[in-house]
Amino acid sequence: MSDKVLMKGNEALAQAAICAGCRHFFGYPITPQTELAAYMSKTMPKIGGTYLQAESEIAAINMVQGAAAAGVRAMTSSSSPGISLKLEGISYMAGADLPALIINVQRGGPGLGGIQPSQSDYDLATKAPGHGDLHILVFAPSSVQEMVDLVSHAFDSADKYRMPAMILADGLLGQMMEPVVLPEKAKEPSELPKKEWAACGHEGERKHNIVNSLYLQPQELEDVVKARYERYAKIEADEQMCEKYMTEDADFVIVAFGACSRIAKSAINIARKKGIKVGLIRPITLWPFPVDALKEAAKNAKAFLSVEMNMGQMVNDVKLAIECKKPVEFFGHTGGIIPTPAEIVAKIEKMQEEIK
Amino acid sequence: MTDINALFAGFGGQGILFMGKMLAYAGLYGDKQVSWMPSYGPEMRGGTCNCGVCISDEPICSPLVTTPNVFVAMNKPSLEKFINDVEEGGIVILDSTLIDSVVERKDITVYYVPATQLAADNEMSGLANMIIMGKMMAATGVFTLEDMEKTFRKIIPAKKAHLVEKNMEAVKLGAAL
Repeated sequence: MSDKVLMKGNEALAQAAICAGCRHFFGYPITPQTELAAYMSKTMPKIGGTYLQAESEIAAINMVQGAAAAGVRAMTSSSSPGISLKLEGISYMAGADLPALIINVQRGGPGLGGIQPSQSDYDLATKAPGHGDLHILVFAPSSVQEMVDLVSHAFDSADKYRMPAMILADGLLGQMMEPVVLPEKAKEPSELPKKEWAACGHEGERKHNIVNSLYLQPQELEDVVKARYERYAKIEADEQMCEKYMTEDADFVIVAFGACSRIAKSAINIARKKGIKVGLIRPITLWPFPVDALKEAAKNAKAFLSVEMNMGQMVNDVKLAIECKKPVEFFGHTGGIIPTPAEIVAKIEKMQEEIK
Repeated sequence: MTDINALFAGFGGQGILFMGKMLAYAGLYGDKQVSWMPSYGPEMRGGTCNCGVCISDEPICSPLVTTPNVFVAMNKPSLEKFINDVEEGGIVILDSTLIDSVVERKDITVYYVPATQLAADNEMSGLANMIIMGKMMAATGVFTLEDMEKTFRKIIPAKKAHLVEKNMEAVKLGAAL
């Protein structure tokens, strides 16, 4: 096993992508994700990869689209305002069935907002990552190690289902350092499965491949979208991921992802010492949402609490998942303010009072 | 081991983030769970800088250090900003060359280390932070001088090995105060 090293989340994401065989990075700087691009700019030239700082986020995502169409593992990274600009390209990639990795190290919004950690792009990532009927895979790591692990899983899943994948991190995870174990051996692009559909030149040896998202005949477009939604249904059935923490006997189940889930765990440890039975379901995939685990938890829990660094976005998915069979409350801060364990415990105590 | 929730604060350029990294690495090499979280927000633009380090036997939940039990202050604004957040019974080490005030709280232990002056007197320019670090190690008892030296050897590249000695001299000076 490789040695443990201390790494910033942003740098770990970059190194993990390289280990996963990605040699094409296109980006544009923005706080709090800049270390990722900086790491790529230092490393890619040394290993025969491409690092390109584009003239804008829109240019960068379109470069990713081009590289993905040619069949290589391509990625970009940004933070919330930059992600808004990338949505057009993400929609085009979804419409052309192209796999790629987009990293969003979220900061507060709307507009230029702030630069402190936030989770206010939850709805953007899971509901409308561009115009049209589409989904992308959305992964939410909660530690630097998990950032490393999810990068290769996201690339593999994107290739498997031929669709874009997003890692939804935040400023806290991007900036913090934790010990990580990196893969022993970095994958070479040549080791990755061939993409028979890629438009990468064939010197007249085969029928040419077309990568396109334009279908002017309504019937044709409906057929293509419906076929894609069949694939989405399979993903929703097979690819849900979550972590459960002390849920077996929990009266109250907190649902939190990413950085917020770490704060929630602190709160649970405090509440447990006070004798309140609280547990956590931490979605690792935000799309597909871990509906099955929540349904299971709803059988015994008295109530749910969604804790988020936004004004309450995932809370609606929690209600849908458990079909409103139990009360679902929300607690959160926005604008870059991180909830404290004490605040979460206070909220749980209040819920306990109300339920008695 | 009691959990360490340390906060380091001062001006940019004083080696604040590096002190935090040293502590985190010492924890890592001591097989502890660790996290390091820097300030990167608007306060950084004002020239002040801080970082929080958590060390524990258990997995670290929140990496935010809101109530430090170890607090290092290397300028007055940082001391004023965070002194009331320090946990009861906590340890505070401040650079008394740069901070002329006296802490009024009686429920914490405060060490006044004239680190910047000591660094100037002992030809240790730029190593005031490591003098403070030495005092912190001694006052908290979390890591030994051997642990520190081992950590320096791991994180300082071999071609800059002479810096290990320099840093250790400063750490030892601080530890002996």
